[in-house]
Amino acid sequence: MRVNVSVNGERMSADDVWEGESLLYVLRERLGLPGAKNACEQGECGSCTVYLDGVTVCACLVAAGQAEGREVITVEGLSSGGGTRSEDVSAEGEPADGGLDEVQRCFVEAGAVQCGFCTPGLVVQAHSLIAGASGVPADAEIREALAGNLCRCTGYEKILDAVRLAAARACAARDTPLVPPQQGASDD
Amino acid sequence: MDFLRPGTWEEALAMKAARPDATPIQGGTDVMVEINLDKGRPAALLDLNPVAELAEWSWTGDGAPMLRVGAGVTYARLIAELGGWLPGLAQASRTVGSPQIRNRGTVAGNLGAASPAGDGHPPLLASGALVEAASVRGTRLIPIAEFYLGVKRNALEDDELIRAVHVPPAAGPQYFSKIGTRNAMVIAVCSFAIALRPEERRAGTGIGSAAPTPRRAYAAEEFLAGELDWDGRGPLDPALARRFGELVAEAASPIDDVRGRAAYRRHALGVMARRALGWAWTDHTAGPAGRAPERSGDSG
Ligand SMILES: Cc1cc2nc3c(=O)[nH]c(=O)nc-3n(C[C@H](O)[C@H](O)[C@H](O)COP(=O)(O)OP(=O)(O)OC[C@H]3O[C@@H](n4cnc5c(N)ncnc54)[C@H](O)[C@@H]3O)c2cc1C
Ligand code: FES
Ligand code: FES
Repeated sequence: MRVNVSVNGERMSADDVWEGESLLYVLRERLGLPGAKNACEQGECGSCTVYLDGVTVCACLVAAGQAEGREVITVEGLSSGGGTRSEDVSAEGEPADGGLDEVQRCFVEAGAVQCGFCTPGLVVQAHSLIAGASGVPADAEIREALAGNLCRCTGYEKILDAVRLAAARACAARDTPLVPPQQGASDD
Repeated sequence: MDFLRPGTWEEALAMKAARPDATPIQGGTDVMVEINLDKGRPAALLDLNPVAELAEWSWTGDGAPMLRVGAGVTYARLIAELGGWLPGLAQASRTVGSPQIRNRGTVAGNLGAASPAGDGHPPLLASGALVEAASVRGTRLIPIAEFYLGVKRNALEDDELIRAVHVPPAAGPQYFSKIGTRNAMVIAVCSFAIALRPEERRAGTGIGSAAPTPRRAYAAEEFLAGELDWDGRGPLDPALARRFGELVAEAASPIDDVRGRAAYRRHALGVMARRALGWAWTDHTAGPAGRAPERSGDSG
C-alpha cells in the first residue's frame, strides 16, 4: 500500500509498504531517514523515538498505515543540518553546527554521547520534556521522562547533565526562572 | 494482510462485521510487538486511530454519573485530564511502560489484550466499571467482572469493538499498588487496587497478575463492609488490616512463572492489600480533602 505522511515538514510518500510494517521501517528503509534507530522493535529501548502529531512515540510500535496523513518529526528534523563540530566557526562567526538543536549541542558538550546508538531517541525524548517544562525539571522528573530510553554505554549521569544543561539554556532563552513557582502551595 | 481504515465509528463496526478476523489496532503497543516479533500475523489490521470520536471522554448516566472514556483516550491523557475523578485508574496508568508507551497505549487496548497482568484491570474492577461493546447488532454494557473469561480472553464477540469504558468517579479514596523489578517499564509481578465508597459503606477491590484473569476479592470486600468502623474516624485496627490482607491473598490463585513464584505473589498481595487499605483509610479519616473534584465539562 501507499503511505503519505508529513516528515519534518515535508510531504512524503512511500510505496509498496507492507500492511504490518512499522513507521520506523518506513522512515529508515523507504524514506532515507536513518536517525531513529532500530534496536528492540518492542517498545523497550526508546531508540526509535519520534514525534507523531506532537507527542513522542516509539516509531517501531506505530503501524505505518496509522501515520497516514499525520505529522512526524524525527531527530533529523530538530537540526537544520550543517557541520557537527561545535568548535567550527563559519565565516559569519556563527558556529558551523548552527544547525544543531540546543539539546543536541548539550549532549555533545556534556559528553553524553558514546557509541551514539541511543542518542537520537534520547534527544527527541529530552527535547519534548524540555519543551513542556517550566523551569529546569527535577532529577526525578528527568529520570521518569527518560525511563523508556536505554543506554548501554554512558551510565546515564552525563545524559542527566546534558538534559539539565539544555533545560537551563532553554529557560535562559525564554527568560523564565530556573525554578518554577511552587505548585499547589495549597489551600488545605 | 489488509489494512482497513474506517473514517467513522459506523464504518468501523461495518468493517468488523464484514471482517470478523480483522485485528483492531489502537495504540499498537501490544499489536505491533506481536507483528514485529512474528508471534502471529493478523489477517487484517483495523486501524481505529482515524475514528476521532474515540479519543473523547464525556459524562454519562442518569442518576449516578459515570465517565465515558473513549477507546482512543491514551494513558497520558487519562492521567492529565481525568486523574482527579479516577485517581486509582490514573495511578495505575502512571505505572504503564514509559512516556512513549503512555502516549499511545489505551485502557481499551489493555481490555482487548486481557492480559492478567494488565495494569488497568484492578482499578476498573475496584470501581465497578462497565465496558461499552458495540457491533452492527447493537450496543451492550458488560460489567467489568464479567468481561475477563480466561488468560488473554475476554467477552467480546467476533464482530464487536470496545467503544468506551464507563467508570464511576471516585466516591472516596482509591489506591493502586504494583510489584515489579524496576520503578518503570515493568509488567506487574502482581498488583492490587482498592476503592473506598464510604457512603455505601463498601470497598471495591481488584487483583492483577495473580490468577488466570484479573479478579475481585469478594470475601475481603464483604469483610470490610461488615467490620470497618465507617462512621468512626479513628485509626485503622491493625488486626483488621492484616485479616483483610489475608483474605485478599486467599482470593488469588497465582502460578510460578519467570516473573515470580506463586508463594511470593500471595505474600506480596497480602502486604499490598494491607498497606493500600491503610493509605485509603488515612485519607478517609482526614476528611473531604481526599474527595474527587466536582464534575465539570466533557473533553474536546
Ligand atoms: C514497552 C512496553 C511496556 C508495557 N508496559 C505495560 C505495563 O506496564 N502495564 C500494562 O498493563 N501494559 C503494558 N504494556 C502493554 C500495552 O501497552 C497495554 O496493554 C496497552 O494498554 C495496550 O493499548 P493499545 O491501545 O496500545 O492496544 P493495541 O496494541 O492497539 O491493542 C491491544 C489489543 O486490544 C485490541 N483492541 C484495541 N482497541 C480495541 C477496541 N476499541 N475494541 C476491541 N479491541 C481492541 C487489539 O486488537 C489487541 O488485541 C506495555 C507494552 C510495551 C510495548
Ligand atoms: S526499537 Fe522501538 S523501542 Fe526499541
Ligand atoms: S551511547 Fe551507546 S547506547 Fe547510549
